[in-house]
Amino acid sequence: MASNSSSSTAQQRLRIIAGHLQKRPEDEHPSVAAQECKAETSRSNPSSATPVPKRRQEIMKWNGWGYSDSRFLFNKKGQAEFTGKRYRLSGLILPSLKDWFEGTFGANLQHKSPATPTVNLSAVAPPDLNEPFVEDLKAAGVAMSHDPEDRVFRAHGHCLHEIFALREGRIGRVPDMVVWPSCHKDVEKIVELACKHNVCLIPYGGGTSVSSALECPREETRSIVSLDTSQMNRILWIDEKNLTAHVEAGIIGQDLERQLNECGYCTGHEPDSMEFSSLGGWVATRASGMKKNIYGNIEELVVHIKMVTPRGVIEKSCLGPRMSTGPDIHHFILGSEGTLGVVTEVTLKIRPIPEYQKYGSVVFPNFQQGVACLREVARQRCAPASIRLMDNEQFQFGHALKPQVSSIFTSFLDGLKKFYITKFKGFDPHHLCVATLLFEGDRGKVLQHEKQVYDIAAKFGGLAAGEDNGQRGYMLTFVIAYLRDLGMDYYVIGESFETSVPWDRVLDLCRNVKERIVRECKERGVQFPPLSTCRVTQTYDAGACVYFYFAFNYRGLSDPVHVYEQVEHAAREEILANGGSLSHHHGVGKLRKEWMKESVSSVGLGMLKSVKEYVDPQNVFGNRNLL
Amino acid sequence: MASRALYSPRHPVLKKRDDFEDVLEERRRSSDLRYALRCYTPTLYKGLVPCKASMLKTIVLQSDHLQYVIKQVSSESGDSTECVAEEASLILDEMAHRLQLSTIRFFAFTLSKAFKRLFRSVCVNEEGIQRLQQAVQEHPVVLLPSHRSYMDFLMMSYLLYMYDLPLPVIAAGMDFMSMKFVGEMLRMSGAFFIRRSFGGDKLYWAVFSEYVKTMLRNGYAPVEFFLEGTRSRTCKSLTPKTGLLNIVMEPFFKGALFDVNLVPVSISYERILEESLYARELLGVPKPKESTSGLLKARRVLSEDYGSMHVYFGHPVSLRSLAEGKINRSQYNLLPRYIPQKPRVDTHEFLNDAAFRLVRIQEENMVLKPWVLIATLLLQNPDGLELSFLTEQTDWLRHLALAFGAFLDWPDHEACSEVISCSLALHRHLLSVSAGHVQLNVTDAPQVETTPEEAVFHRAVVVLSCASYRNQILHVFLRPALLAVAMQSANSNRKDDVYNCFNFLRNMFSNEFILCPGDSIQDFEEACYLLMKHGVLQVLEHEIVMSASGHSTLAFLCSVLDPFLQGYQVVCRYLCEETNENLTEKDFIPAVRSFALKLILAGRLKCCEALSSDLQKNALAALLRLKAVRKVKVGDQVTLKVNKIAVNSLEDTLGKSNVNQNSWCSSMAMLK
Repeated sequence: MASNSSSSTAQQRLRIIAGHLQKRPEDEHPSVAAQECKAETSRSNPSSATPVPKRRQEIMKWNGWGYSDSRFLFNKKGQAEFTGKRYRLSGLILPSLKDWFEGTFGANLQHKSPATPTVNLSAVAPPDLNEPFVEDLKAAGVAMSHDPEDRVFRAHGHCLHEIFALREGRIGRVPDMVVWPSCHKDVEKIVELACKHNVCLIPYGGGTSVSSALECPREETRSIVSLDTSQMNRILWIDEKNLTAHVEAGIIGQDLERQLNECGYCTGHEPDSMEFSSLGGWVATRASGMKKNIYGNIEELVVHIKMVTPRGVIEKSCLGPRMSTGPDIHHFILGSEGTLGVVTEVTLKIRPIPEYQKYGSVVFPNFQQGVACLREVARQRCAPASIRLMDNEQFQFGHALKPQVSSIFTSFLDGLKKFYITKFKGFDPHHLCVATLLFEGDRGKVLQHEKQVYDIAAKFGGLAAGEDNGQRGYMLTFVIAYLRDLGMDYYVIGESFETSVPWDRVLDLCRNVKERIVRECKERGVQFPPLSTCRVTQTYDAGACVYFYFAFNYRGLSDPVHVYEQVEHAAREEILANGGSLSHHHGVGKLRKEWMKESVSSVGLGMLKSVKEYVDPQNVFGNRNLL
Repeated sequence: MASRALYSPRHPVLKKRDDFEDVLEERRRSSDLRYALRCYTPTLYKGLVPCKASMLKTIVLQSDHLQYVIKQVSSESGDSTECVAEEASLILDEMAHRLQLSTIRFFAFTLSKAFKRLFRSVCVNEEGIQRLQQAVQEHPVVLLPSHRSYMDFLMMSYLLYMYDLPLPVIAAGMDFMSMKFVGEMLRMSGAFFIRRSFGGDKLYWAVFSEYVKTMLRNGYAPVEFFLEGTRSRTCKSLTPKTGLLNIVMEPFFKGALFDVNLVPVSISYERILEESLYARELLGVPKPKESTSGLLKARRVLSEDYGSMHVYFGHPVSLRSLAEGKINRSQYNLLPRYIPQKPRVDTHEFLNDAAFRLVRIQEENMVLKPWVLIATLLLQNPDGLELSFLTEQTDWLRHLALAFGAFLDWPDHEACSEVISCSLALHRHLLSVSAGHVQLNVTDAPQVETTPEEAVFHRAVVVLSCASYRNQILHVFLRPALLAVAMQSANSNRKDDVYNCFNFLRNMFSNEFILCPGDSIQDFEEACYLLMKHGVLQVLEHEIVMSASGHSTLAFLCSVLDPFLQGYQVVCRYLCEETNENLTEKDFIPAVRSFALKLILAGRLKCCEALSSDLQKNALAALLRLKAVRKVKVGDQVTLKVNKIAVNSLEDTLGKSNVNQNSWCSSMAMLK
């Protein structure tokens, strides 16, 4: 019976997807169906098939970023190529990447540092199971596993030290078991049992954390259970009157967006990790999306959050767009980093898919001019959906990712463009920098908006540099994590980190942090100058978000990860000393905990602690992030 | 490459210093004119955005900081902002430099001529220059030369031009401005002028600090100023001022600069041009106002021999390393950076500490000539010495000084007697040598006027001139000498007793000498280490015991400090005996001077150095600091309120050190 009703649900959803849902009553069915959460069979239906299987390692790398079929490599001719079929870049040759790579890092294709190919299962400690808990869970019918591969996969995020250790085949403390709740009720049951049997729960969404948030605390003596939300991935209802959607929190970004698109909507929330990160993860870390200028960051997108805590379920009683009912309880949840409970369902704002989208780019003679332009754009509050300013190093990096040009004409045109900018306009190729733009909306407005932005840019010496450059700039953010894996094959390690800072300090902060990185690397014996580059990646009324990439060649270092961590630590100190925040959207996790008190004052920290104490006195949610 | 550790634990003997090159040698061989007209292409700061002096002015006037202060001043005074802005612009005109290459070339030519006549050699450590070349490209540079003579900044610019380094902009006192032509010339060679005192003038301070910071931030040119604030008339380093240091450090504190390289430069003269001028000034003859005609009269100095001159460019000190762990830069996060902020207590402490340490680096890199040793000995023996004994003693002192880490420029292959006679010849105007007996020129009675006062005055000029050479080496002996005196005045040999006495003396004299605040224990340990290593003392767990062979060294060290002990006692005694309730600060120096003069005339005081206004000022500052004297403002006058009990007890304690010391002197005499 359940199977029947859900397959009819699927039929209905197909109609929603077609975007021609007319009758309201039918619209209510899915939400009713959502209550019947044991409907496993519905997953077999192709239209709602989930791309995140329980055994993620079957399609994703266990010791690197993303899909197993997609990776960079240097082929026999020494040319870089990107494998697979998933991305625009897939299957293409990148002729200039090798030179850039060798030139920037002093790396050499002869010197390889390959990763351990498979998990050494004998290195995984046997699970320390809390038998009564397991029994009760079985009785409740919740899917679970203590397969070592499943456990290893959920023991880490994507911090450098985590991936580096995996590549070397080193495996630390891993969760003792993994559970897959399939709905809110399941989560309630799991949390209740966890409290009853005193086990430690670590919620796991997309696994893209870069703050050591998923690391199992070494001091944890209880059985650790990784609560994988990936199977809670349905859009429960869409309310076109209010433009909201009610979604299970385990859904990952690309699925949410794709499914909404099929109905003619989008959330517009596009963090760089959106292919893999989950809605619940966004809420728990205060995520920020690339197009926040139009759609807002996660805290502006959520209308309602449901979270299961050891004390019970926390949620608001209505879907009012704003309320004055004391401090907003959503803000206890947003950024709680899995320390208070599991976010199970979220009501989000949705928007109709924009009619028109256009990339663009502007070249500036130097970074200062570029920042001044972005500041002016922010002052006039006319920022496009996305506007990012890459520094010179990153601009060159982007160029290295240019795929092979098919026609002589294109390369001739490129040459001409370069000539025009460097010779005719007198831009110094070692100082110029580029802003990438993304406009969205109806066609007329986009074109008008575009003109407005280009006019402002012209006042700061900016020259329009084409859509292509813009699009490549955005591609960089999706492939950068894959590129890190390539670097790690050749003795190059690196990572990114971010901050937010008032406008007047942007330039000083960028310069000082970049220089601090270079200096620290030198002092710690790094043989070749590191790649130390940044971009202003978001604009706000009162400041900007700055994103740094940092990587270096570690040949000759006995403990590269330690050196890396010291440099990153120094860079964070430098950020704080220059008026930057501890984090703009990556979160605190365990990596940046030491600065929390300094960042929010001891009273602030005390407030957060007292909330934790009330909500979770047993520390069932024991990932020890944040506090 | 900036050195990380500003102040490593000292191992004086092991200290490696660079070699010197004589820059005049080349000048004596080739054309000065061609040299002055040669192609000058200085290495520049990497981030430099080139800009003209006029452009600089606009940047300063339009800066957020200055605009903010202009508005503030305007709302406080009721004047329109335009009016205040106009005033700011005038201040800037008065202050700003107008660096011009043609003027530099003019100076390159004339100074080459002048230096060749004045000096036998001008020696520079070229490794220091190379380090500076490196430093200039990395980060904005602040040059911090010692200040003993007007020559200092001319020489600095001259050398930087010579080595193709960017010419510095120099903070100079306003008094130069009154030298009509020369003032403008100096301005065109990169000097900018600041009023000597502008404590309360917000606008002036804002214009001035913004001007300096803008130059620094743009990497426009190295900023040069004197930590000591003014020329040291005594050749002792002066207690550093922190105002300008704060200005040049602030861009780093506020994140506007990644780092600043602070380069201490030590300039030392074998014979100082202003030698007797200084002595007269210390004795109360006011200094002649700087005027062009005065400078022309000074032409006759060109005909004299001033020996050699040494310029040592120290290791650049990275401000970032210096401030690491001491300054929390995030304290500036919550206020827009253009709003001026008074330095917080911890910042102030840091500035003070940094300033002291930089001055100590200057001291340590100061080249000492053999004459310095001779002057020290001659001052300790007012009745003169046999030449042979002087030679022997100088040689002994030379070894002691070297053991304590002195940077002595002693000719390598010459006999000791040769070196000494050379030095005596250069300074013959200060001494008389007859029949193998060397004596300070104290008895050489002036021709006509022979009132007893004038005789004392004449003697004092010679003594103070001579003291200015001895003072150059004081920093080498200071800590061991304080320990030596402490050991004599302590009630026992117990380490903590000795330390307490040491600390008392250190505290008493911390306006007189460069003693880093808070370094009391390090100083004590350094002194113990040096004397122990030299076999003068044995430092046991709880006791400090003098070695059998230590007498003469200790006696010498005690008498190094003797003039200061006596001088301070005189000041204390004066304050105790002075009955005038309304002694003003202004009258203090003349009153002490005449008191000391009376004592000398009465034969109760031998020490002429008590007449030095520098010593008297320092003593007063110490008493004020120790709260034995208070300043009270009565109307326009500042009067001094003396706590006679406190002063008396300080005098007693000093006297105790001194009495014991006299017994030491006699014991030394006995040993001889």
